[in-house]
Amino acid sequence: MDWHQLWKITSAPDNVPIVGMLFLVPFFTWYGLKQARENDKLIAELENDPAKAKTHHRKTLPWRPGWARELHVWPFLVRVEFLAAVIVTAILFIWSITLDAPLEEPANPNLTMNPSKAPWYFLGLQEMLVYFDPWIAGVVMPSLMMVGLMVFPYVDSNPLGNGYYTIRQRRFALAMFGIGWVTWIILIVIGTFIRGPGWVWFWPGQTWDHNAVVFDKNQDLHDVFGITHANFGDAAIWMQIIFGAMVVGLFYLLAGLFLHWLMKRGPLKLKYLRSWRELKQWATTPDRLETSLLARTSVLQYLTFQFFAISVLIALPVKILLRLAFTIKYVWVTPWFNV
Amino acid sequence: MDSERPDEKEGQPKAGNGAPQKPADPNDPEGIKSLLRAASGVPAGSRKAVPAETTAAATTEEGGRASTADFISKTRKQGLALKDRAIQEAETYKDPQQTQLWKSIFRVSHDRSDPRNRSLAILSNVFLHLHPAKINRDAVRYGFTWGMGGITFYLFIVLTFTGVLLMFYYHPTKVQAFRDILYLEHDVPFGKLLRNMHRWAAHLMVITTWLHMFRVVLTGSYKRPREFNWCVGVVLLVLTLLLSFTGYLLPDDQLGFWAVTVGTNMARATPMFGSEGPFGPQLGMTPYNDVRFGLLGGSIVDANALLRSYIWHCIGIPLVASIFMAVHFWRIRKDGGISGPAPVMLEAEMKATKK
Ligand code: HEM
Repeated sequence: MDWHQLWKITSAPDNVPIVGMLFLVPFFTWYGLKQARENDKLIAELENDPAKAKTHHRKTLPWRPGWARELHVWPFLVRVEFLAAVIVTAILFIWSITLDAPLEEPANPNLTMNPSKAPWYFLGLQEMLVYFDPWIAGVVMPSLMMVGLMVFPYVDSNPLGNGYYTIRQRRFALAMFGIGWVTWIILIVIGTFIRGPGWVWFWPGQTWDHNAVVFDKNQDLHDVFGITHANFGDAAIWMQIIFGAMVVGLFYLLAGLFLHWLMKRGPLKLKYLRSWRELKQWATTPDRLETSLLARTSVLQYLTFQFFAISVLIALPVKILLRLAFTIKYVWVTPWFNV
Repeated sequence: MDSERPDEKEGQPKAGNGAPQKPADPNDPEGIKSLLRAASGVPAGSRKAVPAETTAAATTEEGGRASTADFISKTRKQGLALKDRAIQEAETYKDPQQTQLWKSIFRVSHDRSDPRNRSLAILSNVFLHLHPAKINRDAVRYGFTWGMGGITFYLFIVLTFTGVLLMFYYHPTKVQAFRDILYLEHDVPFGKLLRNMHRWAAHLMVITTWLHMFRVVLTGSYKRPREFNWCVGVVLLVLTLLLSFTGYLLPDDQLGFWAVTVGTNMARATPMFGSEGPFGPQLGMTPYNDVRFGLLGGSIVDANALLRSYIWHCIGIPLVASIFMAVHFWRIRKDGGISGPAPVMLEAEMKATKK
């Protein structure tokens, strides 16, 4: 075991922020979810007690009759902002005094850096190059992600949970964001901590071997199904095109059905996993709230959501799995492009 | 704003707490003049007569002695009176908020006791007036926004400040760029600190932008009526990442050079506009006319790429980002301020959708 390698990656100055994020992201996730849980408890309580709902101030925060609903920005907000600025400045000074920004040798086009890594926040993109051709990984996927993000508020037809933390009322939307967020973080972690020279996979604790050779089978999906030149001669190329189109079509169909099913699920409790009957019950009975939310969704909203969710949120993990677990390179090979 | 100075009416009577009211305003030209007159011992309106009188008095010895004693005691008295006045006046300067200088800058007194002034403190300040005068009492809690948007904006300001200072030492040319960084690191006073701060603030800004977005998701703040502002935010996220990307090349070291080479190589594969992208070659794209060429100003990462990076990094993207931030902040106000913490809504209260 060579933990020195891992230490070298972790302590590279440009990677220190990501180490910081390993603490910041869980902390803020916990902080947000804690407030969500408190609100959810209140919501459950008020939903069971309509009389109380009429008089309650509807927040978990303290409130007394007679308190002003609004505060003056000066000084109550301005002082918080000032304090935040002072703290951030202090952190920046300490960080900048203790850790130096990296500077390598002067740029030299004749001496390739290996591995040549982008700053950590771009490693998700760079890591995607393993799973897709550059035109998808570098151009199509990022565009889909950006447009998908912009589209989200317009396809989320749920009026609940506007301006307060809650899980209970927004399970599906949060699950979708969650998938994207976690996938993105996993890609960054792989790109930062796992990939070594030649973008080869090195487990933490393995030494980077600059001469490592990977015997990748590098097969395409049609090879697995025996649709090859050896079997079908020149016709194979057309069969491969049609086969790939069918696979992609089928993927969209199945993923769409899966999402449609998922949209109507109630909360999944851990104890369901212990009882087959309860799990089946959960999987087959639609949740009342989720069904009523789906009924509010227009056809255009529904289709737009499905398109982006399938093309990014589902396709990305599926392709990662195909590549890493089954060493499949392409599912659809044509003379013009490969997917 | 109308031309009336809102504090004048209420500010005046309060002027000089405890200090005499009369000449409290040092601005008063009449006051200054009478002050000067008192000091020179000349009654108002008799300036002409002064030399004649004194010469006449000096001709006789007696008269001269008497008038000298007279003169001394008079001057003494006036001197003491002047001293008293100066002390009284200095007394009024103890409250800087009552000085003409202060008032001319801030327009209103920040007197805590008057709620109207608290509002005016915000409304009459070009920087603070991005805020409303009052906000939801719970929105000042740290727990709701985590202050992440504000911290992101503050980091942008820090980056602008340190960035401008770095520009004083940096030439975007192949010969100079790398040496300038070495110079900054080893010779410029605090140069290393400056460079480090710019670098780490940039990393931090990426993190806080993500966390800010994460908060907006968790609180459902992108929902009606804030959908558009969410989109503005997504553009800001992209711009933040592009700022960082263009800055990475500027030290002209191996790290930046290869990162940018890898990054821009992807542009080669752009469908239709890249020389290696789907349908690119069919549309006549070559390494010498595709999007990558446009980004780099050449077919390899070289002097032109450095210059283009520099201009995008220091002028182009910050300008666009500032405009989008202005819109972002403006829209927060127009959309009714921060979305919460809002009272929770119950399922039964969902309105039926318009069909
Ligand atoms: C350069 C980056 C950005 C800056 C400087 C910025 C700044 C701010 C500030 C100061 C606020 C006030 C509330 C708070 O502090 O949380 C805010 C609110 C908001 N931001 Fe941003 N933001 C940025 C990026 C983003 C991004 C990436 C998104 C989403 C994709 C976004 C969406 C929003 C929305 C929807 C609100 C309203 C939230 C509410 O009403 O609760 N912003 N932004």
